[in-house]
Amino acid sequence: MPSLPDMNTPDVAELAREAAAHSHATEIPTPDAGQDAFFEVLLRLGDATLILGHRVSEWCGHSPALEEDIALANVALDLIGQTQMWLGLAGEVEGKGRSADDLAYLRDAWDFRNLLLVERPNGDFGHTLMRQFLFDAWHFELLKALQGSSDPRVAEIAAKAAKEVAYHLERSSDLVIRLGDGTGESRRRMQDALDALWAYTGEMFLADEKDVAVAAAGIAPNPRDLEAAWDATVRDVLTEATLAIPESGFAHKGGKRGVHTEHLGYILAEMQFLQRAYPGASW
Amino acid sequence: MYAQLVSTEGLKKPEDMTPAERAFQERIDRNEKIEPKEWMPEGYRKTLIRQIGQHAHSEIVGQLPEGNWISRAPTLERKAILLAKVQDEAGHGLYLYCAAETLGVSRDELMELLHKGKMKYSSIFNYPTLTWADMGAVGWLVDGAAIMNQVPLQRTSFGPYSRAMIRICKEESFHQRQGYAIMMKMAAGTPEQKRMAQDALNRLWYPSLMMFGPSDKDSVHSAQSMAWKIKMNTNDELRQKFVDQTVPQAKYLGLTVPDPELKWNEEKGGHDFSEPDWSEFFDVIAGNGPCNKDRLGARVKAWDDGAWFRDGLVAHAEKAAARRAPVAAE
Repeated sequence: MPSLPDMNTPDVAELAREAAAHSHATEIPTPDAGQDAFFEVLLRLGDATLILGHRVSEWCGHSPALEEDIALANVALDLIGQTQMWLGLAGEVEGKGRSADDLAYLRDAWDFRNLLLVERPNGDFGHTLMRQFLFDAWHFELLKALQGSSDPRVAEIAAKAAKEVAYHLERSSDLVIRLGDGTGESRRRMQDALDALWAYTGEMFLADEKDVAVAAAGIAPNPRDLEAAWDATVRDVLTEATLAIPESGFAHKGGKRGVHTEHLGYILAEMQFLQRAYPGASW
Repeated sequence: MYAQLVSTEGLKKPEDMTPAERAFQERIDRNEKIEPKEWMPEGYRKTLIRQIGQHAHSEIVGQLPEGNWISRAPTLERKAILLAKVQDEAGHGLYLYCAAETLGVSRDELMELLHKGKMKYSSIFNYPTLTWADMGAVGWLVDGAAIMNQVPLQRTSFGPYSRAMIRICKEESFHQRQGYAIMMKMAAGTPEQKRMAQDALNRLWYPSLMMFGPSDKDSVHSAQSMAWKIKMNTNDELRQKFVDQTVPQAKYLGLTVPDPELKWNEEKGGHDFSEPDWSEFFDVIAGNGPCNKDRLGARVKAWDDGAWFRDGLVAHAEKAAARRAPVAAE
């Protein structure tokens, strides 16, 4: 195939600079900081637990030991239960009559608000455990703060979920330590997992205008305020696990505003298949 | 039943028994439970290891056909229920391996026999789950057939096995009800859902009947197991009971059992029905079912891929123990 001719004028760069100088910055309208931001923050909670629950459930029957099959099913079950509560409340707050199932099964990827971390593929078992640990350490701090929410419904869900997540964190920390400080191979695998996933942790602590609005209303913490405690937990555990904390501060982001990795589309294609193929059927 | 074709030695006549064997048989006849550390004939131990091991493997492999639909469950509630159910199956596997351990065989040894194809799991799990209705039909028919066999095994002579069965049966009966609840929803749903429900019954009916094992006339090794109360009923008795129980349930759903010969026989007080295709059964047992290679392959892969994980935990435990150990005297 012949190469395409260059369609630009030679002074394209100069033209672009001139155009930029004359442009008026478009004001992006700030969405209503009330119900709209509250709905959005609830989606971020429910979508994170939904997508991670999905990923974890993929291990059912395939994990390295029977005890792990049982434990992972338990974690997935907790996460799906939390999803029912968060997305149920999101539908209520939105006020358009959408149920938790409507939100889970009838939105496309761009309307999902989960962190990119949770949609990462499972990889080997070490990868799955490391993803879980990095998430649990954040989830634990988040739920601790949400128990003091000014919205009693949020506080109530958080109180229930916090008990479950305390156990998730205890379990994932313990396994990260054992495998980091295990054999040479288990250490290498855990280090590889940490190196691969580290760039997906920064997104947890980014705050946009919705987070700020919801934090100002006392409904949820500002994500930035969770970082110090998360960092302390993660450093303690990884140090005991003899793993090296990556130095890069680079963070992938986009999940919270609906710009996902390629993986989410496949998760949804699978998860939503029956609801999409047989619209309106009751199961 | 999750144990099929468990071979055992021929039935011993009382006059051929040693005094210890005779005393043992008398205990069984008095319905006493045999406990792990007590004397037992070697054949009893071996038969139980085969049966409990096969049952445990069935629970573990049985996670796969249902696990196949967790990620596609149609609602969050159905997803949670299915996850809980598959988790129960893993739990059943765990108690059963523990029961087998009391007979002197480790879980790892049993797994190795499974992975090498030297031990079997139930033929039913070599059939695929093709639509969501299969989650209903598996609960209704497969768990239903399993309960039919396991309820009598609550009275089996070996203490740890009978106690495991008591707990397992409670959960299985919940599983069966959840399967039937899915079938009710599907059978009363859209035309496509009803079609899925009927299709699931069509595919799983005969494989469910096969779960009880071959016909009594071809099942030569039952007598000793029955004398030892390791097996409590014959294959045909249980199959008949299952058919009699299930046919009205299918009728209630408005579904048709795929057997033109099926009819009520007033004289025997039970249904007449067609036997499954036993050549298909023996093909599946021989490794040629639709999913044998995938199922066993998935289990072997899980085990092999997880070796580094298990080794890592052992290495850590050893390091931790060494750190805790008092420093040797100088």
